[in-house]
Amino acid sequence: MRRTPNYLAGAGVFVWLCLVGLPLYVLLGATVQSRAEYTAGGPLSFPRTFSLSNYTEDFSNGFGRYFLNTVIVTTSVVVIVLLLVPPLAFSIVRHRGRSGPRVFRLFLLGLAIPAQAVIVPMFYVISKAGLYDNLIGVILPTAAFCLPVCALILTGAMRDITDELFEAMAIDGADTRRVFFQLVVPLSKGGISTIVVFSALQAWNGFLFPLVLTQSENTKVLTLGLYNFQTQYGINIPGLLAAVVLSTVPVLLVYLFARRALVQGLMGVGGK
Amino acid sequence: MTATASRAPRARPRPGRGVSPPGVARPGIGWAVPATLFFVLFALVPLVLVAVLSFTTWSGLGSPRFAGLGNWTKLFHDPVMIKSLWLSLLLTALGVAVQTPLSLLLGVWAAGPQRNRAVLSAVFFVPLLLSATAVSVLWRALLDPNFGVPAQARWLFGDGNLLGSRTGAIGVLVLVSTWQFTPLHALIYQGAARAVPTVLYQAAAIDGAGTVRQFFHVTLPQLRNAIITSVILMVVGGLTTFDTVLILTQGGPGTDTTITAFYMYQKAFKGFDFGAGAAIALLLVLVATLVSLVVVRVSGYDKMAGTKDGLS
Repeated sequence: MRRTPNYLAGAGVFVWLCLVGLPLYVLLGATVQSRAEYTAGGPLSFPRTFSLSNYTEDFSNGFGRYFLNTVIVTTSVVVIVLLLVPPLAFSIVRHRGRSGPRVFRLFLLGLAIPAQAVIVPMFYVISKAGLYDNLIGVILPTAAFCLPVCALILTGAMRDITDELFEAMAIDGADTRRVFFQLVVPLSKGGISTIVVFSALQAWNGFLFPLVLTQSENTKVLTLGLYNFQTQYGINIPGLLAAVVLSTVPVLLVYLFARRALVQGLMGVGGK
Repeated sequence: MTATASRAPRARPRPGRGVSPPGVARPGIGWAVPATLFFVLFALVPLVLVAVLSFTTWSGLGSPRFAGLGNWTKLFHDPVMIKSLWLSLLLTALGVAVQTPLSLLLGVWAAGPQRNRAVLSAVFFVPLLLSATAVSVLWRALLDPNFGVPAQARWLFGDGNLLGSRTGAIGVLVLVSTWQFTPLHALIYQGAARAVPTVLYQAAAIDGAGTVRQFFHVTLPQLRNAIITSVILMVVGGLTTFDTVLILTQGGPGTDTTITAFYMYQKAFKGFDFGAGAAIALLLVLVATLVSLVVVRVSGYDKMAGTKDGLS
């Protein structure tokens, strides 16, 4: 690494920081103003009043329902990922024979499949299964599309467990299941929290599957709610931006508390 | 794709060191079955089905009917379709051209020894947390011709309706995806730059290389694999952009920002022509795979599988 700080780069970074920060400042600033004040002052003006009425108004417009639906989808996706991925990764890392790498390659292939590629057949399958306009119909494909990245992240974490530990467990006479629950799971806690955070973020921010697989007000999730607000609200920009903030608050809270796991998860997107 | 090429060898279980008793703590492949079945059912079966559906006509009700090559011949004569493909490639190329240098510089900087680095990189990541929907809604509000920033700076933006012209709309799409995804790529570069051995910089410094020369002669070559990975992610991501277009431009003005992914959605879910939608989806996957393969081939990434992985 270079030893001396690079002031030129620092200046460039500062410019980028403004580019990132300014829209976020507008986002927060606009939501605490009244609609009239925002219209008069424009997006960059400093708010003179402070009110949370934009937020309460959003909730009376159905945002509570969307919020609940998103929580249901996110929780279910995380549970599915937690049930499926650790045994999968354990098998990939420790299984002797040819099937392990083959299964792993299958999931790596999955990394390259974009959701758009399968959305038409997904609509077909989900409607035939009678799950159209049902949150279950959103949960299942969302979870399936989390699997490749999660498998990649967790196999990476599980490979770091040394052979000696497995041998020690074996000498103690532990069977495979005990090895899994008492050695593998505790030692790959870091990887597991990363996949939890990653799949939660995917599910929380998912848009395409809910867009084409649901229809009614009762099954709407936050992202769809935002999309609809934009067309309905038209010029009520503070109300709209308050909805953006509301849809993001839980993610920001997770970021504050689990920054490490999240950053690792996102690095995982780029291939570990 | 690349991931398969570069990582498959690592997937092989480590050869037993001869000490551990055979079969002990070795899970059967049964442990992988539930996840694999689930994945095959919801990702791979639809991928096969999309190919089948592309040879049928289906309105979303009833059952699909076989239609031979009908969808395909229609698509290749559809000017909007052809325009949408070029547009997708253009947007992707612009995205790569803008985001790569930017995220390289940011990532390498963030890997350096500055004390304020942690705080700054914490702010950088916020755009990544927001959903594409939230990002698009936010930017649309910011760029609103009546109440947004352009309305306040007419000397700079003319009539302020940035999304009303072809150039403006394309520019906005590039800007918004840069805002959203540069942090992710910077993160990739940051990880890779940290892994560059310090010895290389010391050797370069002894040879009298300054910061700039060190960047071009040490950092950049060492980041090669990271650059390719990041570019492929940008290509696949760029070709499959959807939410942003749906919310920011609705494909307009006219069909000037109707990229392929958005055209597929329109055909299938607005025009109820699911056969055509399936054909476009398949075409999209083929183009994305093809472009990625070209990137891999041109960069020589496939021949470097044995060298140090730049991404650890």
